[in-house]
Amino acid sequence: MTDPDLLALDGVARVYAARRGLFGGADPVRAVDSVTLSVPPARTVGIVGESGCGKSTLGRLALGLERPDAGSVRFADAPMPRIGSAAWRRLRARMQLVFQDPLGALDRRLPVATQVAEPLEIHRIGSPADRADRVADLLRAVGLRPDHGTRYPHELSGGQRQRAVLARALATDPALLVADEPISALDVSIQAQVVNMLGDLQAARGIAMLFISHDLKVVRQVSHHVAVMYLGRIMEQGDPDAIFADPIHPYTQALVSAVPVAGPRRRPRIVLEGEPPNPARRPAGCPFHPRCPIAVSDCQVIVPELQPMPDGRHVACLRAAISPGAARIAA
Amino acid sequence: MRDTGPLDLAAASLTPPDATPLLAIEGLTVAFDGVPALRGIDLTIHAGEAHGLVGESGCGKSVTLLAALGLLPRSATVQGSVRLDGRELLGAPAAVLDDIRGGRVAMIFQDPASALNPVHRVGAQVTEALRLHRGLDGAAARAEARRLFDLVGIPDPTRRLDAYPHELSGGQNQRVMIAMALAGEPDLLIADEPTTALDATIQAQILDLLRKVQRETGMALILISHDLGVIADVCARVAVMYAGRIVEHGTAEALFATPLHPYTRGLLGALPDMDGPRRRLAAIEGSVPEPWAMPAGCAFAPRCGLAVAACRADPPPALLPHQGADDAEISAHLAACHRADPDIRTRAERLADPAPPVPPSRGTAVSQGV
Ligand SMILES: Nc1ncnc2c1ncn2[C@@H]1O[C@H](COP(=O)(O)OP(=O)(O)OP(=O)(O)O)[C@@H](O)[C@H]1O
Ligand SMILES: Nc1ncnc2c1ncn2[C@@H]1O[C@H](COP(=O)(O)OP(=O)(O)O)[C@@H](O)[C@H]1O
Ligand code: SF4
Ligand code: SF4
Ligand SMILES: [Mg+2]
Ligand SMILES: [Mg+2]
Repeated sequence: MTDPDLLALDGVARVYAARRGLFGGADPVRAVDSVTLSVPPARTVGIVGESGCGKSTLGRLALGLERPDAGSVRFADAPMPRIGSAAWRRLRARMQLVFQDPLGALDRRLPVATQVAEPLEIHRIGSPADRADRVADLLRAVGLRPDHGTRYPHELSGGQRQRAVLARALATDPALLVADEPISALDVSIQAQVVNMLGDLQAARGIAMLFISHDLKVVRQVSHHVAVMYLGRIMEQGDPDAIFADPIHPYTQALVSAVPVAGPRRRPRIVLEGEPPNPARRPAGCPFHPRCPIAVSDCQVIVPELQPMPDGRHVACLRAAISPGAARIAA
Repeated sequence: MRDTGPLDLAAASLTPPDATPLLAIEGLTVAFDGVPALRGIDLTIHAGEAHGLVGESGCGKSVTLLAALGLLPRSATVQGSVRLDGRELLGAPAAVLDDIRGGRVAMIFQDPASALNPVHRVGAQVTEALRLHRGLDGAAARAEARRLFDLVGIPDPTRRLDAYPHELSGGQNQRVMIAMALAGEPDLLIADEPTTALDATIQAQILDLLRKVQRETGMALILISHDLGVIADVCARVAVMYAGRIVEHGTAEALFATPLHPYTRGLLGALPDMDGPRRRLAAIEGSVPEPWAMPAGCAFAPRCGLAVAACRADPPPALLPHQGADDAEISAHLAACHRADPDIRTRAERLADPAPPVPPSRGTAVSQGV
């Protein structure tokens, strides 16, 4: 990692105003809170966590689609320009977003090739004559045939649609791809096709990726670095193999043990008590303490910061700060 | 396809001796406006067993159980036989079916919020089920509803009885659905993707609850899921569906240790591992055929790395043990494939894992299904 980071988030936070209504008096929603994270060129950083923990918000911050309320976002060693500015529009060609619902991302009234050509036209890439060739190349790069380009989105399968969305995202030869649950809506067999393809594209084009998913198995498969989020904060981050083989943070332990495995289970399951977290009612102290089986009284008042562990990963847990073993949940 | 020897073998061997099945589905076919969606399903569920039904979306998992319970729209043509304790359900009078559904057989679905009535308190919905199926009223019904809420792990049950569905989380609503399903003291609970809409830690809670309830009440459970991991967690026997047929059937142990059908092997190979070295995933190319464009021969042939000419010409025979199966395997594990042999590997499998397969428990102690 001697290369300068392509994307660097430093202490970013995003706070949404409280919606008054049913429950009146709710606190502002801290969707993302003091996140520091960087993505080097040609690497994939995975973000995992349950619904509402702030993954998508983090993705939008990374692309400059939203401005952080605290902290900074840098892209290619320069501050992220303000959304809508000329500088930001120029950058957009280098950063692309792919998300869960490929049908929603495509215009159902236009053939796929027209939509893949769109970014080429917007960013004036190549002559009009070259563009047809480029579109055919892009479709081939994502495993579609050029004649798929003549079809409308509803004439493609879910996996083919997601490929078409990827072809469009790749049209401007981006340096960074933010993929927000790109395969969650697909069947497992098709997920594997797209996962393999993302790896191939990264190898061939050197694209950096921020890969957002709640599926730990897929994140482990694609990521060089992983961050586990809970209520907007990173609980544990580092090498995916180390973290998923031997999670240190109690939340990561529970999450890893909840992964359904097709075969004999190697580790007893930790079933967490309690409800999924509500960002509008963030507890004081450690955000995980109401569900943590090993919480101590300090956990209700002290917000744990990420601390380096002996193997290089970072963990935000008061007990892990004493020793990694002290955070182990007895099963 | 009901008259062949192999099927009798299947029925005999996956059935514990002399047990009358709780639910017996035979030769079940369903067509929507003339287009076949189910193409002959045979499935036997025994009292007290946890049975999984797995396959990709659209392969007919939900239609199988909806057809069995008479819940399909009129546009569906249903044929075959579905017997509950020997009693035929297909074509049974609506009153009989109404009585069975929610009574002896209960169902829960993927999206609990839409299955609950949004304008009624959840407690009232459970007491209504208790009145219908157990004849309980007033204080007795409320007390029983409270007990069920407690059983399914709803915190502060007395207060939660008065909540509306939108005031509860997705996981809590699914618990309410399970409580309601248990209200009729069913012999069989059918859970159709009950955790697909839930977060990982909540999914773990609900699967745990289903296991506990099944053990404590002794009811049978049919768990439908597209996730082999979820099935492995709960079920002792598993049927794998593809394009309206069951293509593999066996004890969970045998099926996960030595998958026979190339489709099952594809589903397993497509799953990334949680530990060990990372490998290229063995993706199944292509996609599930549309019901109106079913290939002749084996429906899986266009995507199958083992397909030979015979596969494109003739549909594979009904479920059979694989060649070279020992006695334990014959009784534990069947597949519908011309080439069901664990020793033949596809190119994708070899690419994903150049080392020869190590079948951990082949031929050893494959236990009989519950
Ligand atoms: N524009 C917005 N206004 C108000 N609140 C918002 C807004 N966007 C997100 N939130 C809230 O911020 C929190 C984090 O949302 P986010 O979409 O980042 O979660 P996520 O981790 O992507 O979840 P999922 O897995 O469900 O996609 C949630 O509580 C959400 O309701
Ligand atoms: N009410 C219906 N009308 C027409 N086709 C249907 C209907 N319900 C299901 N189908 C079709 O039947 C097939 C099996 O569907 P289903 O059982 O829902 O699949 P799954 O395995 O995902 O549960 C699919 O091709 C589906 O489109
Ligand atoms: S800080 Fe305390 S509550 Fe938080 S994870 Fe560690 S032990 Fe649990
Ligand atoms: S019958 Fe032939 S095509 Fe079908 S799964 Fe078996 S080998 Fe593949
Ligand atoms: Mg999201
Ligand atoms: Mg279904």
